[in-house]
Amino acid sequence: MAEPASRLCARFSEEPVSQRISIIGAGIAGIACAYEFARRGCAVTIVEKRAAAGRGCSWHAGGMLAPWCECESAEPIIGELGRESLAFWRDHFADTVSNGTLVVAPRRDLPDLQRFARRTQAHIWLDKDALGRLEPALSGRFGQGLFFDGEAHLDPRAALSALVSRLNVDFGVSIHFGGEPAPADWTLDCRGLDARMDLQDLRGVKGEMLMVRSPEVEFSRPIRLLHPRIPVYIVPRGGGVYMIGATMIENADGGGVTVRSALELLNAAYTLHPGFAEAEIIETGSGLRPAFPDNLPRLRPRGRTLHVNGFYRHGFLLAPAMARRAADFLLEGKEYPEVMD
Amino acid sequence: MAKPFEVYGEEIASRLLLGTAQYPSPAILGDAVRASGAQIVTVSLRRESGGGRAGQDFWTLIQSLGVRVLPNTAGCHSVSEAVTTAQMAREVFETDWIKLEVIGEEDTLQPDVFGLVEAAGILARDGFKVFPYTTEDLVVAERLLEVGCQVLMPWGAPIGSGRGLNNPYGLRAMRAHFPDAPLIVDAGIGLPSHAAAAMEMGYDAVLLNTAVAKAGDPVAMARAFALAIEAGALACRADPMEPRDMAQPSTPVLGRAFAKDDYA
Repeated sequence: MAEPASRLCARFSEEPVSQRISIIGAGIAGIACAYEFARRGCAVTIVEKRAAAGRGCSWHAGGMLAPWCECESAEPIIGELGRESLAFWRDHFADTVSNGTLVVAPRRDLPDLQRFARRTQAHIWLDKDALGRLEPALSGRFGQGLFFDGEAHLDPRAALSALVSRLNVDFGVSIHFGGEPAPADWTLDCRGLDARMDLQDLRGVKGEMLMVRSPEVEFSRPIRLLHPRIPVYIVPRGGGVYMIGATMIENADGGGVTVRSALELLNAAYTLHPGFAEAEIIETGSGLRPAFPDNLPRLRPRGRTLHVNGFYRHGFLLAPAMARRAADFLLEGKEYPEVMD
Repeated sequence: MAKPFEVYGEEIASRLLLGTAQYPSPAILGDAVRASGAQIVTVSLRRESGGGRAGQDFWTLIQSLGVRVLPNTAGCHSVSEAVTTAQMAREVFETDWIKLEVIGEEDTLQPDVFGLVEAAGILARDGFKVFPYTTEDLVVAERLLEVGCQVLMPWGAPIGSGRGLNNPYGLRAMRAHFPDAPLIVDAGIGLPSHAAAAMEMGYDAVLLNTAVAKAGDPVAMARAFALAIEAGALACRADPMEPRDMAQPSTPVLGRAFAKDDYA
C-alpha cells in the first residue's frame, strides 16, 4: 500500500503548488502533524468533533519527556523517536522544563530499582545525600535513586495550546469544531481510538490519573516510584499542582477512575511523601490510549488517507517525531519501515 | 516429551501454565505463549474486562492464541467478590474453569484460606471446576478437596516475589500426602531452575507469570521455562539418584592408611 502512495507524493513534491492537508482529530497527534505540515508550507485544515482541542486522551497525559526511562519496558524505537521529540519540544515550547527524571523505590523494592538501572541508559546513581540535594523534599526518605539528567517534562495542556496558537498566529490555521473534513490532497486520520472501525488491530488501554494541589510538597522534576505491580509517577505542574499517573488496564471501558485505582495512585503519592496526605484532589480523569498489538506507533497509508495512530502511552513523547515522518513520507516520499505498515 | 497430566477429566500436554499480565505488549505476550508451548493461560477478569465486555480487544487477542483460558479471580478479597467474579468470568470466557484467588493480605497477596475453602465450596456446587490458589497447608488442602476441588495450586512463594520454592519441605509433604491429586505450583517462581525443582518433586505442573512477563526478553524466558519444566518432569519419572553425604565416614578407603580409625 505504501509504495504507490509514496510514488504519488514524490511526483507532487516537484510541483510548486502547496499541498492541501486535511487533519481529523485535534489531539496531540493531529496538532503536531498540523504544525509540521504547516511549517513545510502546506495548506492545513483541522476538524475536531469535541468542543475543544486536546480533550481526548491527550488531556490526561503526564507530559514526561523521558525517552531513556521509557526504554525500561518499551522498544528502542520509542527511545529514538522520543529523543527527537524531546529536541522538538525544547525548540518549540519554551516552558519545557529540563530538570531530568528521578526514579526511586521503597527499600523493599530496591531489586526493581537495580533492574531499572540495568535496563536503561543515561542515568547516574544517587546516594541518600545526593538525592536530598537534588530534590530536598525527598531528603532522607530514600537511600538511593536513579537520576536521568537528560530528560524533561512539560504541561501537556499548555504545550498543546501553545502549538494551537502558533498554528493560528503563524500560519492562519484554525480548528473547525464539528463538521466534515475539508477536501484535500491528503487526509491525516489522527483520531486515536475513534479510528478503530478503520483499524481493526487498534485497541484501547485505559489510563487513570489524578491531579492534586499540595501546599507542602515541592518537587521540581517528575518522580517515578517503582513498585512490582503499581508503578506510579508524579509530575509537577507548577504552583503546587501535581499530576499522579497512571494506570494501564487492558480495557476499553470508557468509565471514570475506580476506587481501587485512586487508592493505588494516592497510596503511591503518600509513600513518596507523607505531605501529600494534606493535598487537595482537584481532578480525576481517565482516557483510552490507542495501541496496536506491539504498542508501537504507526503511519498507515490507506488510499489518500494516512493513519497516524497507536501512540499508546507516549503521545507527547512521539507526536513531533511521528509528525515529521508523516510529512517526510507524504511530501518527500521517504519511507520509515519501522513505523509504517 | 513429558506425558500429559489430567485435570477435571481433560488431558493437558503442556505442564507450563502462563499468566497474561504485565507483558510489554500483547504482541510479545503472544510470542511468549507460543514459545512456552503453554496450552492454558490465566486471564484476570476483574481488571482486564471491567464492566461487561469492555476488555473485548484483549480477549480477542488471547483467543487468537488458540489456547485454553483459565480465568482467575485475582484481586478479590472476599468470598462474595470472588464468587461474583467467577460467575462473570464464566459468562465472559464461556468456561466453567476458574482459578480461585481469595486474597487475605494486600501486600503479600497471601491467600485467605478460610475464604478460599468457603468460596471453593460455593463454586463447586454451582458446577465450577475450581483451581484454588492456596498455601502448602495440608489441612486446608484436605478441605479444598472435600468441598469439590480436583486440583490444588499451592504457592511456591508470594505472588510476584520470584523467590522460588520457599518451603520445599512443605511442598514435598503435600506431594506425598496427595499422591493422586493434580498439584500445580502457582506463584513465586522466579527462575527456570525453581520450576524444574518443583517438577523434580513430582508436581504436575507450574503456573507462572511475572518471571516471564518481566524478563528482559520474555519470549526467550518463556522458552527457558518450557525446557526446564520438561527437564524436571522427565527427571522425576527417571527416578533420580539419592544424594550421598560424603562428610559422613562409611567404608574404609583401601590403600589409605589411617583413613578410618575405627577400622584400623
